[in-house]
Amino acid sequence: MSARSVFPQLEQLLPRISKPIQYVGGELGAVVKDWDATTVRWALMYPDAYEVGLPNQGVQILYEVLNEQPDVLAERTYAVWPDLEALMREHGVPQFTVDAHRPVRDFDVLGISFSTELGYTNMFSALDLAGIPLESKDRTIDDPIVLAGGHASFNPEPIADFIDAAVLGDGEEAVLEITGIIREWKAEGRPGGRDELLLRLARTESIYVPRFYDVDYLPDGRIQRIVPNRPDVPFRVSKRTTMDLDAWPYPKKPLVPLAETVHERYAVEIFRGCTRGCRFCQAGMITRPVRERSITTVGQMVREGLEFSGFSEVGLLSLSSADHSEIGDMCSGLAEQYAGTNVSLSLPSTRVDAFNIDLAQELSKNGRRTGLTFAPEGGSERIRKVINKMVTEEDLIRTVVTAYSNGWRQVKLYFMCGLPTETDDDVAQIGRMAHEVIKAGRIAAGTKDIRCTVSIGGFVPKPHTPFQWAPMVRPEVIDARLKMLKDVINSDRSLGRAIGYRYHDGEPSLIEGLLSRGDRRVGAVIRRVWEKGGRFDGWSEHFSYARWVEAAAETLPQFGVDIDWFTTREREQAEVLPWDHLDSGLDKDWLWQDWQDSLSEYEQDDCRWTPCFDCGVCPSMDTEIQIGPTGKKLLPLTPVNNLRVPA
Amino acid sequence: MGGQAPVVQRIRLRYAKRGPLRFTSHRDFARAFERALRRAGAPIAFSQGFTPHPKISYASAAPTGVGSEAEYLEIGLQAEVDPEQLRLALDAALSPGLDVLEAVVAGEGSLADRIDASRWRLELPTVDPAVAAAAVKSFLDAEEVLVERMTKQGRRSFDARVAVTHISVTDQSLGRSGAVAGRLDGESDLPSGADGAPCAIIDLVVRQVTPAVRPDDVLSGLRVVAGLEPPVPPRVTRLAQGTLTAQGEIVDPLDADRED
Repeated sequence: MSARSVFPQLEQLLPRISKPIQYVGGELGAVVKDWDATTVRWALMYPDAYEVGLPNQGVQILYEVLNEQPDVLAERTYAVWPDLEALMREHGVPQFTVDAHRPVRDFDVLGISFSTELGYTNMFSALDLAGIPLESKDRTIDDPIVLAGGHASFNPEPIADFIDAAVLGDGEEAVLEITGIIREWKAEGRPGGRDELLLRLARTESIYVPRFYDVDYLPDGRIQRIVPNRPDVPFRVSKRTTMDLDAWPYPKKPLVPLAETVHERYAVEIFRGCTRGCRFCQAGMITRPVRERSITTVGQMVREGLEFSGFSEVGLLSLSSADHSEIGDMCSGLAEQYAGTNVSLSLPSTRVDAFNIDLAQELSKNGRRTGLTFAPEGGSERIRKVINKMVTEEDLIRTVVTAYSNGWRQVKLYFMCGLPTETDDDVAQIGRMAHEVIKAGRIAAGTKDIRCTVSIGGFVPKPHTPFQWAPMVRPEVIDARLKMLKDVINSDRSLGRAIGYRYHDGEPSLIEGLLSRGDRRVGAVIRRVWEKGGRFDGWSEHFSYARWVEAAAETLPQFGVDIDWFTTREREQAEVLPWDHLDSGLDKDWLWQDWQDSLSEYEQDDCRWTPCFDCGVCPSMDTEIQIGPTGKKLLPLTPVNNLRVPA
Repeated sequence: MGGQAPVVQRIRLRYAKRGPLRFTSHRDFARAFERALRRAGAPIAFSQGFTPHPKISYASAAPTGVGSEAEYLEIGLQAEVDPEQLRLALDAALSPGLDVLEAVVAGEGSLADRIDASRWRLELPTVDPAVAAAAVKSFLDAEEVLVERMTKQGRRSFDARVAVTHISVTDQSLGRSGAVAGRLDGESDLPSGADGAPCAIIDLVVRQVTPAVRPDDVLSGLRVVAGLEPPVPPRVTRLAQGTLTAQGEIVDPLDADRED
C-alpha cells in the first residue's frame, strides 16, 4: 500500500473553502515520516473542527509518544467542515491526515478521541469519507482498526457497532501495547485476519472489543445482562492508569498551529485525577487516583515547551489546579522565572477560596491579568451538599471580595441547572448570590465599576458517577428555570446591570444525556441523525434538536423505548447499566451509597486529606495516591539573550 | 509592572509564503511570526501600555492562498543584532514554507513609501497559452474592465484595467524548469496535470490603487473581456514588490537600506 498524498487533489479545492490553512498541516511539532520505513501506522482523530481538535492534549501526547518509536508513524485527522466535505465527495477526495495528507483508510489504526459524545456524528462522516465501512462487522483486513478513547469511551455502547475497540483511561502506555500487538501480528503475516487481531487486543483485559460481548434485554427494555460470547475474553474490561507522570513528560514538542485555534498556549498537566468527589463530575470519578507531576518536572516542561513553541501563555492544567501540593511554590517560582518576558501564566481555577486569589496575584505579576473564574456549581447551600461541592456562601463572598479588593474588576461564576432534586428556589438562589457578590464587591472595590458573569451549564448525568442513576430534568423545565433566573437577576436594576448572564437551553443537554447513558440501541439513533445530515453537534449553529427527536422516533420504538426512557427515567439499584462490564475501578455499591448520601445531603471528604473511604479504585486498579510535597523549589532561570541560530 | 525597553535597532525583512503554506492568512502569519521571534530569542521591543504588543509593522500582505517571494515587514528591537544572524534564527523558527530571505538594518524613510506596485505570476494549468494570450490582448485593448468583488462594504464594481501596467503570456509546459527557486521541497510546483499538459503563465504588474486590484480581479477581468475560465484554480505568486520606475521595473524596497 502506497498511501499516496492526496494533496494535489485537495489543493484544487482549498481556494474554494473557508480557512484552508486548517487542512494544510505544516505545524511546528508535526512529524512526517517515511511510510515504507515504518511498520505500525496510526491515524489519530479528534472528531471536531481543527480549531478545537488541534490543541487537544490527549491527541498531542499520543502523537508524540507514538512518533518517538522508530518503526511507528502517527498522523492526525480532524472533522472537515461541510463546505470541504461537499467538495471532497464531489471530487472523490478521501478523509486525509493533515501531516502528509495520506488517506485515513491506509492506516493500521484509526484512533478517535471522544472528549464528548457530541462528536459521534463526526465519526460517521470521517469513516464514510475515508471509505471505511460504518459498521465494524462489514470491515475487511484492509480497513484500519477503529479504536475509541477519551472520556466518552467509558461508555462506548452507543457506538459499539461502529468501533472495533475502545480503550478506557490513560492512553500513553495503551497505545504502545496496542502497537506491540499489531507489530507482532503483522510480522507473523496477519494470522487469523482481523478477528484474531481483535481477540489479541481483547485478551489484554484492558481493551474492550464490543463484538465479543452480547447484550440481552428484559421484556421491559432494561438490560438483562452483558456477557462475553466467547470463552477467551474477560467478563470485565479495566481502565488504564498511567502512574508516575514524571516519567511521561508529554507534550515535549507541542503542536503549534498556523491556523487560529481555541487555545494558543503551552499546557502542562500538573496532576491527573481528582478526589474532591463532586458527584456530577465524571472526570473526577474516572481518573482516580490523584497523581501529581513534581514541581521540578513541571518547571522543566514549561521551560522546554516555551522554548520549542514560542507560545506566550502557559496553562497549568488539571481538574482542580490549586490542589497541587506545591502549587504556591510552583506559581511564585514560575512567575519569578518569567518576570519581564511578556509570558503569561494561567491557572484554570475552579476552587472557591482566597488562596486562589493569592495564586492569581502571583501569576499576574507579569502584567497580564486574566479573568477569575469560580465554580460554586449550585445556587443554594442545600443543592451544593447534594452535589458535594463543599463551598459556603460565606466562602464565595469572601473570595470574590478579596478578588475585587485586589484590583480584579470582573469575576465569572459557573453553575449548573437541572441537578438532581433541584427546585426552582435552588436556581433562584443563584441570582440572589450574584446580587450579594456585586453588593460586597462594590464596597470592597470602592467603585460601582465591577462586574460578574453568571454562566449556566446544563447538568448531564454521566456513567461511573453517583448520578448515573439520576433522572434528567425535562428541557422545558430547565428553560423555565433559566428564564426565571434572568428575572431574579434583573429584579434589581442597579445590581442586574452589573451581572452578565450566559446559559444554554436545555435541549442539547438532553441529547448529550441520551448519548452518555445510552446502550447499543442508541446507535441506530446516531446513525439516523448522521444520515439526515447531522454534523458538528457540539456547535449550537449545527445542532438540531428536532433532527435528534425525529431520528429517535424512527428508530427507538422497535425496542419499546424512547428518549425519555434513557434520560428522564430514574434507574433502580438492581438495574444492569450498559457500562457495568467496563471497570473504572469504582465500586458500584460505593457509588450507590454516595448517590443515597447525596439524596440525604450528606457530604463526602477528599481522601487525600482524610482516611480512605473505599471508593474501590486503588485496590482494584493496583494504584495509589501520588502527591508531594517534594520540598524542591524552582530556581530562577539564567536569562539567555542570544539569538538561537541553527548550527 | 515596569516600562518596556526602548527600540535601539530597526530591521526590515523580506520573507516568502510557499507551497501549502501559501494558505496562511495574514493574521495566521502574524501569530506565527510573533512566536518565531520568541523561539529565535530575538530581542523584540514591545509597545508601552497595559497589553504590550511586539513592535512589528507589515507592508501590504498577499491574499490568502497566493504564494509570495516578496513580503516585507519591519521590527523594532531592544538590543542590536547582526541582521544575517537574525534572519537565520527566524527562518529556523518558522515552519518550512514560511521562509525569511533577507534582513537589513532599516535606513531613513518608511517601507510603505517604497512600495507602490507588485509583480505577479499567474499559472493557469491546462489553459492553452494561445488562448490566454488572446484574452490578455483583449484586456490590454480595453479602455476599462469592470469587475465585481465582495468587499467589507459589500459588493462593489471597479475598473481592473487601470492598475495594470504590464500583462503578458509566456508559454511553458508543466515541469520543474518553470518553478520558482526555493519552493518547499517535496511539493509539486504546479497544481496538477500530466507532464506536457499546456499551462499558460501570465506575467503581471499591478500598481497599488484604491480599491486594490488583486490578481484574482485581473483573472475576473480576463473572464469579462474574453470569457477565459480556467478549469482548475490558477496558482498565483507575488514575485516582487517595490517602487515602479518609468521604465516599468520594480525597485527592491530594501535597496535604499543597503546603500545607507
